[in-house]
Amino acid sequence: MNSARVKTFYYLMKLGREFELAAKQEYMKGNIAGFLHLDIGQEACSVGSMQAFDKGDVFTHYREHVLAIARGMDPKVVMAELFGKATGVSKGKGGSMHLFDPTLSFYGGDAIVAGHLPIATGCAYARKVQGEKAGVFAIFGDGATNAGAFFESINIAAAWKLPLIFFCENNYYAIGTRIGWVSPFEELFNKAKNYMPAKRIDGMDVCEVYKAVTEAKEYLENGLGPYFIEAETYRYEGHSMSDNGKYRSEEEMEIFKSRDPIEKLKREAIALGIVEESYFDETDKKIEQEINEAIEFAANSPEPELNELYEDVYCKECTNVVS
Amino acid sequence: MLYREALNRAIDEAMAADESVVILGEDVGRYGGSYRVSEGLFAKYGAKRVIDTPIAELSIVGNAIGMAIGGLRPIAEIMTVNFSLLAMDQIVNHAAKFRYMSGGKMTIPLTVRMPGGVSRQLAAQHSESYETLYASIPGLIVLAASNATYAYHALKHAIFLNDPVIFLEHELLYPMEMEFEEKANFDPFKAEVVKEGDDLTILTYLKMRYDVLEAVPTIEKELGISVEVIDLNSLRPLDMKTISNSIKKTKRVVLVEEDHKTGGYGAEVIARITEELFYELDAPPLRIAGEDVPIPYNRTLELASIPTPDKIAAQIKLWGQNHGL
Repeated sequence: MNSARVKTFYYLMKLGREFELAAKQEYMKGNIAGFLHLDIGQEACSVGSMQAFDKGDVFTHYREHVLAIARGMDPKVVMAELFGKATGVSKGKGGSMHLFDPTLSFYGGDAIVAGHLPIATGCAYARKVQGEKAGVFAIFGDGATNAGAFFESINIAAAWKLPLIFFCENNYYAIGTRIGWVSPFEELFNKAKNYMPAKRIDGMDVCEVYKAVTEAKEYLENGLGPYFIEAETYRYEGHSMSDNGKYRSEEEMEIFKSRDPIEKLKREAIALGIVEESYFDETDKKIEQEINEAIEFAANSPEPELNELYEDVYCKECTNVVS
Repeated sequence: MLYREALNRAIDEAMAADESVVILGEDVGRYGGSYRVSEGLFAKYGAKRVIDTPIAELSIVGNAIGMAIGGLRPIAEIMTVNFSLLAMDQIVNHAAKFRYMSGGKMTIPLTVRMPGGVSRQLAAQHSESYETLYASIPGLIVLAASNATYAYHALKHAIFLNDPVIFLEHELLYPMEMEFEEKANFDPFKAEVVKEGDDLTILTYLKMRYDVLEAVPTIEKELGISVEVIDLNSLRPLDMKTISNSIKKTKRVVLVEEDHKTGGYGAEVIARITEELFYELDAPPLRIAGEDVPIPYNRTLELASIPTPDKIAAQIKLWGQNHGL
C-alpha cells in the first residue's frame, strides 16, 4: 500500500458508490428506467481489478457502472446513458446494461449471463496470435459459473493457453437463488482448478483484489495461459431495482457490511498513517460535486433524434449495399 | 467448378489477401472440413489461422465474435444449420446487436457459414432449413448461395464486410459441377434472373433453384406460357426491386422453398409482395414449401416432405388452370 494508490482506490470506490446511490435516487424519480443493477458493496472488485488490469481488453456483464468508471469512462456519459440521452456512451440505445467503449478496450455490459465469456475467449485468441501480451479480462458473477458457456470457455482457454483472466465476483446470489442450492459447492474456484491456476480471495479488500489481478496479469504476460480468480463479495442492494433482497438475512448483511471495502480501506490507511484524514473529507466533497455535475449533464442532455432509431443497425460503409 | 471448390477458392483468396482472415469450426483444419470446403487450407495457412475447435457451437460463434472484436476477420463454420441453434444466442443476442447497443461503437466483421436443407436420409436433426430464423433478425445479413459463381463472389464479399453475415449453403450442392464466371463489380445483394419469361414469376433460392428449373419446361408446355425464374440470393436484405420489376411484367408469382410452409421465409416474401404489389397481381400468389413435419428418415417420406420437380410442376399447373393461365 502506498499513499497515491490508496488515494486512487478510495476516490474511485467512493465515486462509484456515490454514483450508484445517485442513480438509485434518479431511478426512484423516474429519470432512469429499465433494469438498474447496482454494484454497492462490490466496489473493491471493480476498482481493484481495473486498476491492476490497465492495458488489455475487458469483457463484462451487466453490473458494470463502477467498472466502466474505474476503467476511465466519464461519469457524465455513463449517467447520460442511464438517462437514455443522446450524449450517453451508447447514444442512449444501450442503457444501464450496455456501456461499450472500444477506445478504452471496454466491451460490455453484456446482459446474457455467461454470454460474454466465449467472446472474451475469442478475443484472447486474437491477442495471442497477434503476439499481444496484455491479454483479456472477463468479469462475471457466481450465476455464470453454472452455464454451458462458462465450461466451454474455461476448457477452450486452457486447451489453447489463452491470455485470459476469469474473474468471478461471487456474491452468493443469482438474483434470489443462493449459489449452493444450484451448485455442488459455494467456493467456485473449484470449478476451474483442474484447468488453470485458480484462487479464492477476499473481494471486500481492494488491495487484495489489486494484488491478485496483478499476479494473474504477470502470469498472462509470461504466456502461461489463463488464470481464474474468485472474489468473495456481497451486494448490499437487490439484484436490480425491482428486487428488495428479502431472501438474505440481516445478520448476513451485517457481517459483510462490517467488511465494507470503502470503510475498511479508509480505516486501515488512517491507522497506518499512510493517508491524512483530511484527504477523505476533501475527496468526498469533490465527488459530491462530480456526481451533481453528472446528473445535471444527464438531465440537461437532449433526447436522441428519432432518425437515430435506424442508425447503427449496420456499418455505415455497408449502408448502400444493405438498404 | 464444384460448388465446394468455389467456396474453398473464396476463402483461400481471402486468406491470402488479408492475414487477419481466419477460419474456425469442427474439423475444418487437419481433417479438411466435413464437406471438404476447407481442404488444403490447414497445410497452407497453419493451425493459427485454420482452427480446429471443440464440438461447442456456442463457443465457435462466440469465439469468432471475440476474434472479430480483437481485430481478426473470422469465418466460423457450423457443420449444419441444426447445430447453429446451439449458437443462436451468440448470433442473435451478441453478433447482431453489439453495433446497435453500443451506439455504433462496435464492429463485428464476422461470417458464419453453414449448410442446411434436406440432403439424403439424414433424419430430422440434420435436415432443416432455418433461414427464416436468421432473416428475421435486424443486424444480420443473410445470404443463400445456390451456385458456384454466387458462392465465390458473395463469400468473398461477406468476409470483407464489417457486419455479421449468415452465409447459407446446401449440403446437396457441395459435389455439384457448375459453371463459373469471373465477374467484376459483383453485387451479392442483387437477385438473379436465372431465366426470363413473360407470364409467371417463380421466386426461389438455394437448392430449390435446380428443382424449379427442372420443372419449368413441363410448366411452360402444359400451361402454354413462358416462365421467369428468379434466384433471391440475398434473403436479408431482400432485393424487392428485381422482384417488383418481374411481377409488373408477368402479373403472377409463385414462391418455391424447401423450408416448412408455416412461418417459412417465403411467407415473408409473399407478405411483402401482397403489401407492395397487390394491384399488379392477376392471381393470388402461390407458395410451394416443405410440409409442416420434422424431416423423416425414410426416403419416400423424405421426398414427400419437400418440393420436388414433379410436385412443383403439378401444383403450378393446377394453380395456373384455376387462375386463368
